[in-house]
Amino acid sequence: MSKILIVAETLAGELHPTTSKAVACAKDIGGDIHVVVFGTGDKAAAEAAAQIDGVGEVLAVTNDANATPSAAVLAPQVVALAGGYTHLLAANTTTGKDLMPRVAALLGVPQVTDIMAVHGPREFDRPIYAGNAITRVSAPGDFVLVGTVRTASFSAAAGGNSAAVTDTAVSAELPTHTRVVGQKTGGGDRPDLQTASKVVSGGRALGSTEKFDIIFALADAIGAGCGASRAAVDAGYVPNDMQVGQTGKIIAPDLYIACGISGAIQHLAGIKDAGTIVAINSDENAPIFEIADLGLVADLFDAVPELTKALS
Amino acid sequence: MKVLVPIKRAVDYNVRVRVKNDGTGVELNGVKMSVNPFDEIANEEALRLKEKGVVSEVIVCTIGVAKAEDQLRSELARGADRAIHVVTDEEVQPLQAARILAKLAQDEGVDLILAGKQAIDDDANQTGQMTATLLGWAQATFASKVDIADGKATVDREIDAGTETIEVDLPAVITADLRLNEPRFIKLPDIMKAKRKPLDKKDIGEFDIDVPKLEVTATRAPGGREPGRKVKDVAELVAALKDKGLV
Repeated sequence: MSKILIVAETLAGELHPTTSKAVACAKDIGGDIHVVVFGTGDKAAAEAAAQIDGVGEVLAVTNDANATPSAAVLAPQVVALAGGYTHLLAANTTTGKDLMPRVAALLGVPQVTDIMAVHGPREFDRPIYAGNAITRVSAPGDFVLVGTVRTASFSAAAGGNSAAVTDTAVSAELPTHTRVVGQKTGGGDRPDLQTASKVVSGGRALGSTEKFDIIFALADAIGAGCGASRAAVDAGYVPNDMQVGQTGKIIAPDLYIACGISGAIQHLAGIKDAGTIVAINSDENAPIFEIADLGLVADLFDAVPELTKALS
Repeated sequence: MKVLVPIKRAVDYNVRVRVKNDGTGVELNGVKMSVNPFDEIANEEALRLKEKGVVSEVIVCTIGVAKAEDQLRSELARGADRAIHVVTDEEVQPLQAARILAKLAQDEGVDLILAGKQAIDDDANQTGQMTATLLGWAQATFASKVDIADGKATVDREIDAGTETIEVDLPAVITADLRLNEPRFIKLPDIMKAKRKPLDKKDIGEFDIDVPKLEVTATRAPGGREPGRKVKDVAELVAALKDKGLV
């Protein structure tokens, strides 16, 4: 039977919601599921992980070096815990992408990036060519399976569990060649883009940072996360952590509202797993309408505030 | 300080790839091949570091088919000093590529590897990190800004939550994200000049790449989305969203 260790992701001491997506993937694999949380002593994230359905045990690892963790510091700690596990998984976020290849290389094994479906304990679907093709990959042999989980492909595992949280000592030599100087995060109170159930995005048609406010207003009216097309990011209207698409974030909200976004292939690659896609665009020939479930041909400066008012 | 820039021959980013009918992969016959775009950005950054006097030599390398020489010549034309081509017809997986790159980095005595964050064909996003690990080096992935001074690199990284700044001791591997720079255009005279730049060919048999591998058993096209319907105004849109229970 599989024994799976998931590396939790934390942000400012809190458990990141993508962790429960990795747990959902682990449940599809089946077996004992453990989550390891690296921290500096505060148990909030570990206790949050213990509530995720399907988790059998949470390992809480305390080390001052984990205050601002880097892949270089985390990888040896993950490897020190790897004995006895058949699978080591993390969410395919920038943190997971940074970390897991380091873990795999220390163990001398390959990695399955961006698992989007589970066919068996060692056989998965993963996207290539920005999702324009899907490959089925298997891992022959019995080496430990290292993988990252495509968060847009799995629904978050439910809460309500109360798994044991075990303080776990890790003996590993940690490198000192990497220091985190600081982070600039968009932050704010809006839901996290990658795990929000609703997302409102704006495109280049907004025309300026100031005018992007109508997108934020609509998002806030319906409790949505906020995104943008690459064109809007490149034009400098909003920061790049809001970018949705092949080179930004790949998301799968229940509702996606694209405002003034024409629908370049690279943007569509980031939203094709969304539940319902709504497009508001003044150009009736915009490619976004080819994949939108509901399309409204209208001037977004009229339609978006009207929609905000109707939904407030 | 010498820099190694690994590049990969990949389907041009403008090509819309098509899955072969028999599910054995994507159609590569007659398809335009180019340098993986993130690798062009990595080479550009290496060239800028050389122009600033931080770097003395830029070595581009690739692992791949004989025709990948075209991509090496193109990066030599952009400005790299010399090239190394590890020739193979076999598909090389990230851990294998990392072992080759680690060996090349040691043999060449480089203190920096500047690589693309991922190749746009297999989208693995592993090789840079694995190479750093095998060498015991620091890594700075998804770089959008690089400053090098006093044996250290200060790197802005594009992370999901925003931007992170890290400082790493050299030697290190830095992987380039989209916004690190805009690669310069390659001029015709430089293409002619690049033909005379040194290009060293190595057989892949010189490297130990005996590691566990993944097997691709099938390739398919993704499921498409059906177009939906147009609504005539905001009121109809709101009604449709309420009908679906979304608002």
